[in-house]
Amino acid sequence: MTNEKNYMHKSWWKITAVLLLIYTVIAGFLGPVPHLPLLQETIRNLYFHVCMWFAMMILFTVSVVNSIRYLRSFNLKYDIYARQFAVVAIVFGILGYITGAIWASYTWADPNKPAANSFSTIARDPKLIGAAIALLVYFAYLILRDSVQDMDKKARISAVYNIFAYAILFPSIWILPRILPSLHPGNDGENPALDVKNDIDSGMRTVFYPAVIGWTLLGVWIATLKIRFSLLKEKKMSA
Amino acid sequence: MLELRQQYSFYGILLYIGATIFVLFMAIDGPESAVWNGLFWVIQLFICINAVAKSFMQESRGRMLYFYSIASPTAFVLSKLIFNSLLMIIMSMLSLLLFTMFLGNPILKAGPFIGLVLLGGWSLSLVFSFLAAIAAKAQQNAAIMAVLGFPIIIPQLILLMRLSGAAFSPLLSIPTSTVLMLVALDALIILLAVILFPFLWKD
Repeated sequence: MTNEKNYMHKSWWKITAVLLLIYTVIAGFLGPVPHLPLLQETIRNLYFHVCMWFAMMILFTVSVVNSIRYLRSFNLKYDIYARQFAVVAIVFGILGYITGAIWASYTWADPNKPAANSFSTIARDPKLIGAAIALLVYFAYLILRDSVQDMDKKARISAVYNIFAYAILFPSIWILPRILPSLHPGNDGENPALDVKNDIDSGMRTVFYPAVIGWTLLGVWIATLKIRFSLLKEKKMSA
Repeated sequence: MLELRQQYSFYGILLYIGATIFVLFMAIDGPESAVWNGLFWVIQLFICINAVAKSFMQESRGRMLYFYSIASPTAFVLSKLIFNSLLMIIMSMLSLLLFTMFLGNPILKAGPFIGLVLLGGWSLSLVFSFLAAIAAKAQQNAAIMAVLGFPIIIPQLILLMRLSGAAFSPLLSIPTSTVLMLVALDALIILLAVILFPFLWKD
């Protein structure tokens, strides 16, 4: 317990997160990018849109790991961890959708019609379906949590659902896009959403990787703040 | 198990299948093959929720306690999974029969399609059996099961619809690798159910 507390209170990784994000924003908006047809300057969205999904996946994974730890130890602390990481991951997923929608309205939408008219065509894209399913699963997770009154039972049931859903969900998100047709990059089979080696040139990668780490650390930071808050609330209730 | 003791619930499911398909028969006249396929799988989904949801929810507390004292959780969950799989496979075949009777038969490759129906019914029943166990522990009605289950089942349902779509066209063939992927997913579900059920079991 003390170990993790220290880790949460340490400031070096928070400073790293801030520095990386400042670097991302400055280099992302001002740095050189390749001028590709159709994409043009919107390619800068890569530093934001893709990183949101990376951060979401990583945070969901952290949430599942904490659910497993809960089932191994029955320590309610891990249940709070799992919940808060899932909540922050959902926020990142929604931000990913917003950035994706802005991007798609410049690249995928039919230029002859208002961008909103292309919605039903765009929403059929398998990557969007996959992301929607992931968010729905975690909304269901939160509803399931709130529907049970007893604390231990709530923690146990939701941990079981979290693990089950994650284990079914992620293989299927990785399988689906390979079978259905899609406009989204990364269609040639190697990777479900983005082929890091071929889709991004080396100059962009020097911004992209720090951006992923920066956004993920920011997510972890938000989650740890929420965790500390709910741990304190717990303590106050039991005292 | 439950269905032998409470036969009305078994007949209830039969009637549910008959009634829904009859409503469809009234609503549309000779649908195209794509519509037929979509409707068929959606009906399968609802049959499955109705048939399988009962398996955990209608067990009384006392009887669960009795099972708890005589059987290990692994044996219990496996027997539930096997029973629900059999039930769902029978129901799938029945609804397929009624569909071809009422709504016409656009299927060109009957053998593969029946195979897919069996596989699909099995997948659906496995996922929903486990979710029924979760929902029953949360003391909720079938609505929460739909909330929990739909997002999880959508990918498999898309795969099944895609695969079975090939059975309606003379040119497309059904890719074996995708079928194997579904089978692997089912194996994964069984494994997870066996690992995770003991945690739900204790009360």
